[in-house]
Amino acid sequence: MNLDIALYLGQNGVTLGAIYALLALALVLVFAVTKVIFIPQGELMTFGALSLVSIHSGHAPKVVWLLVVLGVVAALLDAGQLLRHRQGSRLAAVLAGDLVWPLLALPAAYLLPLSSIGYPGQILLALLVTVPLGPLLYRLVYQPVAQASVLTLLLLSVALHLALTTLGLFLFGPEGSRLPAFTDGSFTFAGLPVDYQTLWIVGLSAVLVLALFGFFNFTLYGKALRATAVNRTGAQLMGISTAFAGKIAFTLAALIGALSGILIASTTIIYYDSGFVIGLKGFVAAIIGGLASYPAAAAGSIFVGLVESFSSFWASAYKDVIVFALILPVLLWRSLGSHHAEEDEA
Amino acid sequence: MKQNTPRVLTVAFMLALGIGVAHADITIGAVLSLTGPAASLGIPENKTIALLPRSIAGEKIRYIVLDDRSDPTEAVKDTKKLIDVDKVDAIIGASITPNALAMVDVIGAAQVPTITLASGYNIAFPVAGYREWMFMPVQTTALMARSTAKYMAAHGVKTAGFIGFDNALGEDWWKNFSAEAKAEGIVIVASERFEPTTTSVTGQVLHLLAAKPDAVLIAASGTPAALPQRALKQLGFKGQIYQTHGVANPDFLRVCGADCNGTILSLSPGIVASQLPSGSAIKQSTMLFAQTYEKAYGKNSLNQFSTAAWDAGLFLEHAIPLALKQARPENATAFRAALRSAMAGIRNLPGSQGLYNMSPTNHNGLDDRAVAVAEILNGQWTLLQYPN
Repeated sequence: MNLDIALYLGQNGVTLGAIYALLALALVLVFAVTKVIFIPQGELMTFGALSLVSIHSGHAPKVVWLLVVLGVVAALLDAGQLLRHRQGSRLAAVLAGDLVWPLLALPAAYLLPLSSIGYPGQILLALLVTVPLGPLLYRLVYQPVAQASVLTLLLLSVALHLALTTLGLFLFGPEGSRLPAFTDGSFTFAGLPVDYQTLWIVGLSAVLVLALFGFFNFTLYGKALRATAVNRTGAQLMGISTAFAGKIAFTLAALIGALSGILIASTTIIYYDSGFVIGLKGFVAAIIGGLASYPAAAAGSIFVGLVESFSSFWASAYKDVIVFALILPVLLWRSLGSHHAEEDEA
Repeated sequence: MKQNTPRVLTVAFMLALGIGVAHADITIGAVLSLTGPAASLGIPENKTIALLPRSIAGEKIRYIVLDDRSDPTEAVKDTKKLIDVDKVDAIIGASITPNALAMVDVIGAAQVPTITLASGYNIAFPVAGYREWMFMPVQTTALMARSTAKYMAAHGVKTAGFIGFDNALGEDWWKNFSAEAKAEGIVIVASERFEPTTTSVTGQVLHLLAAKPDAVLIAASGTPAALPQRALKQLGFKGQIYQTHGVANPDFLRVCGADCNGTILSLSPGIVASQLPSGSAIKQSTMLFAQTYEKAYGKNSLNQFSTAAWDAGLFLEHAIPLALKQARPENATAFRAALRSAMAGIRNLPGSQGLYNMSPTNHNGLDDRAVAVAEILNGQWTLLQYPN
């Protein structure tokens, strides 16, 4: 191996790591706030990427119908609950909350002239049809059992992952797709050609990480989420709605997921079922960060990306084995090094 | 007497059912991978089965398609259901080699003639025991690898690099291609593997580039094969890139785009039917496939997997009239045996993939006339050479 090859592999590893970092952050965020190990994070990623593929080729993304169905079911459940508890006065506000995004996304997907709204417009539309899936899935799948044990929530995640993968095949078909780069071309830096797209990926990931940092430290909603993460019961006593915190966490997770999907689909081919393995690598990174620390998860992601890139050079057949085996020494080290206090589990 | 009426009715009903079964149509079962990792094979195969004749020699043909979710266990379950519950006369499938291999024992024990759409050599060879019942209208990897190696050698390739899937398909290609390349005097200077689900092949491609081969063969199937192609172009590989017939579908062209311009591959002649020389023995049969398929599914929809399923239909179209002379479908055992021997007797049958000549030792029956060499030019398959 010479320096050139090492630089290439390093660049490739950092690019992959930046995407894993986004997924790891979303996983840590959701776990901290809701105790859900959100395996379907990878599916939200593929949904974002493949919706944009379909919009980019001028077809309305079929996933918008999933959004409408989920919105209507959530609205019916909410209405039933409110009427049972005689809180009819809040009905309009709650129903609007459930239905506003589906009802915005549906006409947008079918009435807009998809091919003439430009790539940025298409990306916004793809986000509009996929991001609201996050809070709706939380409302329908996790919120009814929010007090359940981590294990129950994990099983629900597995079920949701299988359901979404199958829906993905139905909505997007079996074949893979790729997205065009935001900016084509490359420049030479210290003798190494660097793609503009690599800069986009690393830059956008960094911006998102900083934005999350700002959100959690300087905004009221962010602080409420952190409070819920630290102590759910205490936060509730302080008047923070855990259901609301959960919805925000899932909205952010869906946004990060869809964006990471759009970023990665410009460098590789994405299938309806690609999300799982990519999400798992984000999960490995999040584990390295102990499922609690954002900077540690981000650093872990870069590490996973580099390991993957260099092992693909030295032992291509064992690349994934090496990446997933990383988790063993980390778990061992964590189990020896830290005594953690579990929050009381129901 | 009064109490007996329901029982009489029941008996009459069962008799009627029995008569219904006795006058059964011919039933063809299919085990395809409609979901799971191999869905991109199973779905076009299923689309082809929808085009197969609904009536042959005056008998109604019924098709039952089951999804094996790309899983060998499911394929076995589906096969048992087709045989035990649906009492099928013949089976088409499976889409992929592991599933077809798992089916061999089931269809052999039940003596149901089966036409596999997968290309693994061991599915139909050697023709003995249970494999007497297996037929394979798919070019073997050896046939395709020989064509590719010969074309390389004839066009000045002295050293080649290889990058294939890290699964049975990649291994099969590696085994066959390394042997054929050696026979043609080509030295393989680098051999790499990648997972179909991977997101980056930079490391493997850097290895290939460091070995400076004249040409690189990518042994993968479907859209994942576009990934090494793109990486090779991005990292500045100037030699000739070869692909295999596993990529011969429109989705690969869509995903690979401009990166694939100039790529060469050996594929089924049916995909380039309109460009075949008009004197060829399979001109008519390939055109029939191409026109029927494109009429149903649009221009540029032809693909490798549909040609296999189409020829499975041809085997049945050829065998059913002959079998009907020997036995009636009501006698399932005799009819299945008659179907088997009619298929084993196929001689000079032109299909969408080539000319079939079965023999007691060969239920594949294809030769060099089943391979066309084509180049990808501006998103179209352009015929370079036929027959090979």
